[in-house]
Amino acid sequence: MTPLEFRDPLRAKALSATLARVVSEIGRSPVAVMHVCGSHEQAIARFGLRSAFPRGLDVIMGPGCPVCVTDQPEIDEAVALARQGVRVTTYGDMLRVPGTAGSLADAQAAGARLDVVYSVAQAVELARETDEEVVFFASVFETTAVATAAVIVAGVPANFSVLSAHKYIPPVMEIVAEMPGTRVDGFLAAGHAATITGWRVFEPFVARHHLPVVVAGFEPLDILAALVKLTEMIRDGIAEVVNLFPRCVTPDGNRRALDLLWQVFQPIGGRWRGIAHVPNGNLRLRDEWASVDARRRFAIDVASLWNGAPSTLVRQCICGNIMSGIASPHDCALFGNACVPDAQVGACMVSSEGTCRIWHEYGGIPELGEPSCRFCQ
Amino acid sequence: MCLGVPGLVVEVDELSALVDFWGVRRRVRLDLADEPVAVGDYVLNHVGFVIRRIPAEDVQTTLSMYEELVKTNTGRGPVDLMAADVLAEIQAGGTGGAGGAGEGQP
Repeated sequence: MTPLEFRDPLRAKALSATLARVVSEIGRSPVAVMHVCGSHEQAIARFGLRSAFPRGLDVIMGPGCPVCVTDQPEIDEAVALARQGVRVTTYGDMLRVPGTAGSLADAQAAGARLDVVYSVAQAVELARETDEEVVFFASVFETTAVATAAVIVAGVPANFSVLSAHKYIPPVMEIVAEMPGTRVDGFLAAGHAATITGWRVFEPFVARHHLPVVVAGFEPLDILAALVKLTEMIRDGIAEVVNLFPRCVTPDGNRRALDLLWQVFQPIGGRWRGIAHVPNGNLRLRDEWASVDARRRFAIDVASLWNGAPSTLVRQCICGNIMSGIASPHDCALFGNACVPDAQVGACMVSSEGTCRIWHEYGGIPELGEPSCRFCQ
Repeated sequence: MCLGVPGLVVEVDELSALVDFWGVRRRVRLDLADEPVAVGDYVLNHVGFVIRRIPAEDVQTTLSMYEELVKTNTGRGPVDLMAADVLAEIQAGGTGGAGGAGEGQP
């Protein structure tokens, strides 16, 4: 397999033309679709796909950046543990996400022990090499939670525990669909998350809300083809789940991974940063795994971090509205001014998968289509 | 972080596999693999774990699906001349390169 097969410019042009026609046939503007995945936004921005979308189509990034939806109290728990002298390991993106009183990076600068890992398996290896308590601050969606589950079931050393901030995507789609003022006509579901869950997981959602869902991969052609299918269903009033990522996604997903996931985690309600309380949106360790649950092993003193109100800048941040699809980064007074990749105010600018960071890096809607030659006009 | 990356399996032992991601080789765990993995397979890796063995025939299926979409749409509503033209070019074997291989980001 070569990735170039999925980037063929001729096929992309054909799909783009088809998309424009289908959107015009819907007969109202704008048509709005939402994806819930940082990888989709990266592909769209990096390949300049928004310039290939018709003007009547809004492709909104929803709450698909795992770092961005990690709630402040969850960051606070990790920061408090690190400040208490526990060795905390986590994925690199979590380091600079601001909590109530600073980020993990700030704690590290103040002397806390912190290790960035690429995989939870590395955190376990680290624990094997030391007698210190090692906590893995586990973030991200079900795609990553299955890896955490796998190492726990395989067996971890006694000095290893997990602080879970894992989140489960399907329930948050319900929240976005039910939000007052929502204008979403359909969803693109993330191919990788669906690789684990299978595409049937979206059927109850489609039945309840009568909104179509297309499971899409991450190459430009994957995304364009998925948008064509999605807008066709919107045009024809059809609400179904369609799987356009069959090279990875099956109806029932990866059974082995799902068994491990639900063996270790249970879904409970909890806040997603900037969005709302999401019923069943958070993944927490089941009672059977209490011995590896950092929340039960340590007395985590988060209250000590809560002296002082958030800064004025933080109160101006509209990350929540951006992740709900109500606003775009250009609606934020801080975007590109007080909030930039080197000095972030909101979580959407911190993560390489955050909408603001991606738009800042690649531009939101590049104007590639306008002729600039004065002899041609 | 939430990025799955496909790679070619070059070596397999009981618990893990050595996988080549566009020239970058990395050892990944097989705890989550949905099927037995063998040398020469393509797998989807996510944070150091194989989450899926990609059947070779599925790559072609996906491409055929795109062409089907274009074809179906050229016959519907106003005739899309551009799509028809492009389709003809594809069928004639014109496959432009997009330049730059995947960056092999783990």
